[in-house]
Amino acid sequence: MPKLKVNDIEVVVEDGLTVLQACEKAGAEIPRFCYHEKLSIAGNCRMCLVEMEKSPKPIASCAMPAAEGMNIKTNTPFVEKARKGVMEFLLANHPLDCPVCDQGGECDLQDQSMFYGVDKSRFKENKRAVPEKHMGPLIKTQMTRCIHCTRCVRFATEVAGVSELGAIGRGEDMQITTYLEQSMQSELSANVIDLCPVGALTSKPYVFEARPWELKKTETVDVMDAVGSNVRVDTYDWEVKRILPIINEDINEEWISDKTRYACDGLLNQRLDKPFIKYNGKFEEASWSEVFKIIKSKFENSSNDKVCGFVGDLTNMETGYIFKEFFDRTLNNNNYDSRSDNRFLDNSERENYIFNSSINGIEDADLIFLIGANPRYEATILNARIRKAFVNNNTKVISLNDVGDLTYPYKNLDGQTQTIKKIFEGSEEISKEIIGASSPMIIIGESLLKLNSAEHLFHLIKNFLKKNNKFTEDWNPLNILSCDAATVGNLDLGILNNEKNLLEELKSNKFEIVFLVGQDNLKFNKKNEFVIYQGSHGDKGAEIADIILPGSAYTEQNGYFTNLEGKIQKAYKASYPPGEAKEDWQIINELAEVMNNRKLFNDIEELKSSMFNYLKLQQKKTNI
Amino acid sequence: MSLRRPAKNQPETFEFSSSSMEEANKIVLKYPEGKQQSAVMALLYIAQKQNDNWIPLAAMKYIAKFLDMPYIKVYEVATFYTMYNLSPVGKYFVQVCTTTPCMIRGANKLVEACKEKISDKENELSNDKSCSWMEVECLGACVNAPMMQINDDYYEDLDKEKTIEIFEKILKGEYPKPGSYRGRLNTEPENNRKTLMDLKNA
Repeated sequence: MPKLKVNDIEVVVEDGLTVLQACEKAGAEIPRFCYHEKLSIAGNCRMCLVEMEKSPKPIASCAMPAAEGMNIKTNTPFVEKARKGVMEFLLANHPLDCPVCDQGGECDLQDQSMFYGVDKSRFKENKRAVPEKHMGPLIKTQMTRCIHCTRCVRFATEVAGVSELGAIGRGEDMQITTYLEQSMQSELSANVIDLCPVGALTSKPYVFEARPWELKKTETVDVMDAVGSNVRVDTYDWEVKRILPIINEDINEEWISDKTRYACDGLLNQRLDKPFIKYNGKFEEASWSEVFKIIKSKFENSSNDKVCGFVGDLTNMETGYIFKEFFDRTLNNNNYDSRSDNRFLDNSERENYIFNSSINGIEDADLIFLIGANPRYEATILNARIRKAFVNNNTKVISLNDVGDLTYPYKNLDGQTQTIKKIFEGSEEISKEIIGASSPMIIIGESLLKLNSAEHLFHLIKNFLKKNNKFTEDWNPLNILSCDAATVGNLDLGILNNEKNLLEELKSNKFEIVFLVGQDNLKFNKKNEFVIYQGSHGDKGAEIADIILPGSAYTEQNGYFTNLEGKIQKAYKASYPPGEAKEDWQIINELAEVMNNRKLFNDIEELKSSMFNYLKLQQKKTNI
Repeated sequence: MSLRRPAKNQPETFEFSSSSMEEANKIVLKYPEGKQQSAVMALLYIAQKQNDNWIPLAAMKYIAKFLDMPYIKVYEVATFYTMYNLSPVGKYFVQVCTTTPCMIRGANKLVEACKEKISDKENELSNDKSCSWMEVECLGACVNAPMMQINDDYYEDLDKEKTIEIFEKILKGEYPKPGSYRGRLNTEPENNRKTLMDLKNA
């Protein structure tokens, strides 16, 4: 633990930290371009120069390890002169096109030139011009603006694990590009846009859409996968202009997947903005009171046990809870489920359906066994964490199937269920490896749970781990990789029916009324069922509906989501639902009022406290 | 320094010949297992030698696969170093030194000879596509200035006539004798002077 002085303030830092980190600890801000705490150190922008006692030259603080007895100064004229010199070189070839640059207003170079820039240029020669590089449909390049910090190259190589970016040529002729200008093939590629300290890499779909200061920023969570990445939603009036990551070290660190980032364009199209009724196979606009009246008469004309309901993959927990209450209290039946396929689930214990080792736990694991899961596409951010574990700890990864490139090497087995059986009966080499590992992780994907033998296999795996004392106080090796944002929340709320197989009954057309809340994945042949669809988008669910109730998307209402590790997070309202659409919980509440003359809940606060009471009771039951 | 980018016309495939392969395997063996990427520079050079002094993209891909590294990393190395040629330079690749000592001793006459015999411009193939020339910085043979390098051989103590002679030979497909063209052995002093002792002012 070296002790050093920064601007006469004494700081003690951990071994292996750099002078820059020590300065930050002492409260001195250091300008930087190439340094990024999640990436390796390059030391090539030279912006972080500081003065060190006994050193005749300024030192690059990002690359200098903090050592005992150093005396660092960050605010002397010497330092300022050095940084001004660096800035002059950076600006020598940088175009003065801030007014037409998408980075304007949130540009590191722009900000820092306010402190260290000189108001006129001494550079009389022609500026370097670099042709635009093609990097695919998401990343727009304007390489003349590039200052060669190589953050993007390091990100692609280290974090994304797809070495596609590189710096070709050298000196003034150096250019950042992909190999022969091919598109970037990583699902984390758009993070280089956030990393770029200048406007060289910007977002192609967002090009010239808005200026950062015009946007309303709402910090919320993402629902595109079950990881629950923390994001910032930027809106201009109603429209969601872009989605950016925010830092949450326990979940997404600093990255989000491209799906998360660019799903927002779907919020503009195919929206359900008015209630619709289907007459003779054609949808016609209607008013809320009309549709509620029709629904009421339909419910009255059929017996309650002929009604079933399904909630979807992106609904928040409030909606799920009031949906359940609607069935329990208004309809007096429990024909509801949140699953759209026949997957095995034993919800007697919470650990049977969540990612128990936690995302942070991945870095502590010494053996990861993927069964029927492809984390790269099912939970991109989680896959990045596995890669991080591989890079830092050389964690061994085994996969039952060959799932293609996961960005880290893994051993793949033959993909047979027989192999799972053999392994967890303890007769294979891998069985011994699992027994020998101090903190193994078994990651079970949804495709395993959909097998007919899922129940047997699941218990076999769990019992094997129990028998070999892999469940300890601070380690739980059993992990279920859910794919959808609402899955774990809905299961916590008990939105499932274990008594009968609703899907089979639905397929054999036993129901008269089907109530779908954001559920588009059901496969059944519609006969005489009356289908009510509540949701935000006109998708498959709306197509088969007889009545459409326009709901809200995840950016348009407050709501809780539980991510795959069982962490509950709140999504905040960034925009409002379009047209006459309402928030999802409200619709069901009003429907209940029409049917029984009594609302289920007086307001959202009552709903929330009721929901949390239920969750607390549930948690007591399942020992968590 | 000029832009160094791959040529437009690229061959579709590239493969090491058996002798190149042998050489490459020998070099890869010098590095510990898993660190075979370190051999990339040597392998690029082998590919360049095999392919008439230039490296096509197919060869970069081939080497990337050979060493199990990303294409872009090989591409980076190949574009960084000026001694890797990324476009065809001819079977006989002439490099004329024009740095100060050679220049003082008449390197521009050699350049004239190149222009007359090979092509008007640098980096342009001769009519029969067998030869091209370029100016380079010091090749470290200043004592024998002016000089030029053709492939692996140095031709030293030249003047315009001798240079043209050499070019005529190579254009005919003959192999001119490398070394000094004023009859010196390596860099020995001329006029039989073996030491500096007999020089008055030395």
